[in-house]
Amino acid sequence: MSATVADGTDAPRSSQLLSRYAGSIFWLARQMERTENLARILDVTETFTRHARDEEGWLAVVRINADETRFCATHPAPTAQAVTHFYVLDRDNPTSIAATLAQARENARLLRPLISTEMWSQINIFHNRMRQLTAADIAPSHLSQLCADIKQACQTHTGITEGTFYRDAGWTFYMLGRHIERADQITRLVDIKYHMLLPSADAVGSALDVGQWHALLRAAAGYHAFRRNFPRDMTPAMVAGFLLLNHGFPRSLVHSVRLTQATLAQLRSSYRLRGADAALERLEDLSAVLTETSIDTLIARGLHEFLDWVQRELIGLHATIAARFWPAEG
Amino acid sequence: MPQRQGSSAADRGLAGPLTAYDPGAFLCEMLGATAAADPAMIDPSRRLILQRLAGMDLAELRRRAAVAETELYNLGITFTVYSERDAIDRILPFDILPRVLTAAEWDTVEHGVIQRVAALNLFLHDIYHHQTILRDGVVPADLVLGNANFRPEMVGLDVPHGTYVHVCGTDIVRDESGRFLVLEDNARTPSGVSYVIENRHMMARVFPDLMAGLAVRPIGEYGMRLLGAMAEIAAPCAGEPQIVLLSPGIYNSAYFEHVFLAREMGVPLVEGRDLVVEDGSVWMRTVAGLAPVHAIYRRINDEFLDPAVFRADSTLGVRGLIEAWRKGRVAIANAVGTGVADDKAVYAYMPRIIRYYLNQEPILANVETHICREAEGLRYTLDHLDSLVVKPVGESGGYGLIIGPHATRDELAAFREKLLADPANYISQPMVHLSVAPTLCAEGIAARHVDLRPFAITGRETWVLPGGLTRVALRPGSLVVNSSQGGGSKDTWVLA
Repeated sequence: MSATVADGTDAPRSSQLLSRYAGSIFWLARQMERTENLARILDVTETFTRHARDEEGWLAVVRINADETRFCATHPAPTAQAVTHFYVLDRDNPTSIAATLAQARENARLLRPLISTEMWSQINIFHNRMRQLTAADIAPSHLSQLCADIKQACQTHTGITEGTFYRDAGWTFYMLGRHIERADQITRLVDIKYHMLLPSADAVGSALDVGQWHALLRAAAGYHAFRRNFPRDMTPAMVAGFLLLNHGFPRSLVHSVRLTQATLAQLRSSYRLRGADAALERLEDLSAVLTETSIDTLIARGLHEFLDWVQRELIGLHATIAARFWPAEG
Repeated sequence: MPQRQGSSAADRGLAGPLTAYDPGAFLCEMLGATAAADPAMIDPSRRLILQRLAGMDLAELRRRAAVAETELYNLGITFTVYSERDAIDRILPFDILPRVLTAAEWDTVEHGVIQRVAALNLFLHDIYHHQTILRDGVVPADLVLGNANFRPEMVGLDVPHGTYVHVCGTDIVRDESGRFLVLEDNARTPSGVSYVIENRHMMARVFPDLMAGLAVRPIGEYGMRLLGAMAEIAAPCAGEPQIVLLSPGIYNSAYFEHVFLAREMGVPLVEGRDLVVEDGSVWMRTVAGLAPVHAIYRRINDEFLDPAVFRADSTLGVRGLIEAWRKGRVAIANAVGTGVADDKAVYAYMPRIIRYYLNQEPILANVETHICREAEGLRYTLDHLDSLVVKPVGESGGYGLIIGPHATRDELAAFREKLLADPANYISQPMVHLSVAPTLCAEGIAARHVDLRPFAITGRETWVLPGGLTRVALRPGSLVVNSSQGGGSKDTWVLA
């Protein structure tokens, strides 16, 4: 063990957060955000494909989660039924809502000494309810309602956490996980649109296309805010720019990255955790690009490539944080 | 089952869902020992509780029981059963009818437990130091020194305040006459206290009207008391000592209790991998680096604590922990090596151990126990084999015992041979007819057998949590209260 010895005399006791707890609380936040965003993606895909009669839309969900290999190994075709089963019910798929929530619940159980009873109880009930879902619950006629329920349960978690979780280093690691996951997820949500629309340049700007961008904004809970910013028009560039670069939109990439920076800075200043320096440094490139680049430039250079790069940067950031704060846990 | 003559439920003023309640020949915890002779003698608080219950209908009681069950499940007050494919959460069945102890009854239990814990600690100090009780021939030396739970590593080690058993759970039953009898001492890592407190919380939520206006002693200070005792034994340090609870982790069936206690004490719940011994001291791994630890409430058995001293393959413990403890750099509760005191064979000697160290008569008697290594005990056992329970002393979990009244003639004959071949390995006890309490069952409110496990915390002094865990055998006629065999629990009220 090469870690430095904590300064027990003047560091606040609340900063004596077990490394294992820090890792678990970070992951818990990511898993709950991930669950919510997966529900959003399934919901919007269901809307996209309702009239499209092809499987391209559902394949996109598999692609943006980088699950092609595993999915194709067990499923002959990306039908609505196959993909929703894979992502909602399939406990053998580690990226499914069932599996993600099971991991979140396991983390919450491990974190019981730290989190509020209300946080724990809500996750426990949510998890138990999801375990009881059957094929009937993910039928096309029920899927949208189910996604709404899942979103709401995740938002209930967010609200209970905000209202009950004691503000110490644990809370800060929770927020770190949430912001990083939100940053990652918005890139995936925008990427789904990229996959959907670029194959046929003709479709760009068509009625179907506008309708789909519209649905995408709604999936990100950003439609109304977008309208307030851009009341007269809706172009793909405007929507992508809004979702990625708008400072006021709470799920935008730039907003989440700024909050990630602020949270790391707080770990440094309030809890004197020097490990945050390396993470802040790791974030500098992404931060600079977001400050200096317009959406038009990003599109011109290749939006998909940009989104891919952002995801890699965030993976690198996660690795840096893990190495500094919970080295034994990975 | 023999029926008590004369007093019907109606005679005892039992109405509503209690109309058919009949404790039979057993002592009823709600009606009390005197109820049969004179219904007017029922304790006034108990009478009030009975009247309140009589005013409810069964459907309402069942509704509340269902609410309680759902709450326990939702709150995750559960133990997890793992199968190949699944992890299934089970709750400990909770009966919403409380078990009530009067102030006088509790007084006996409380003083008896304090006396017993004092004797256990003196005994442990003695056997790990001068061993006078062995040299005086009060307890056979081989019983202690040859015991699997005797830890030679402990010899000559002084523990703060002479306390080895910081948390003790004493299993107590009542016979037909109402006497409290100790069935077993749990001096290692007794569990169940979380249920005591959660059961009370649950009663407050689903049955506030039953307790209204009654002076029931509070139990909420358990965590503070335990933390206080840990602080009293903690290794010297500047400022507040850092105390932790050491758990085997989430796969342990008592994990919920570990969480509960860590929360009640406000201390980190750690696993072995969170701790490290460096420079002779114990540290925990935090996001800010290593932070010192001064006292450990451990819920891991002796043999897993330190792979350098005990089981080398243990991944649950902390390498070097025992050495740090021996050097006084950290405190461990309960102390290592207490298992020799709650052994069945030593149990038989507890009344003599109490007399030896304290020069007092035991306040709580043992269940009458015949020690077969002694000629008199062996003769009595052989003469009454068909009416006794004979237990091997080394085993736990009910292995290798014979229940005379339930055994066949051939089984008794075969057992007699085993007993004669190795008398020192056996003790015998009469069948105890455990007391009963009104319990919500499929057929309505019925009598079910109960026991009691009070919890005693000892740092400098001993404090006993008012009441304790009442376990109830939910199967009709069953005397087995263990949760693995259809047992549940009740809230335990001690009247002020």
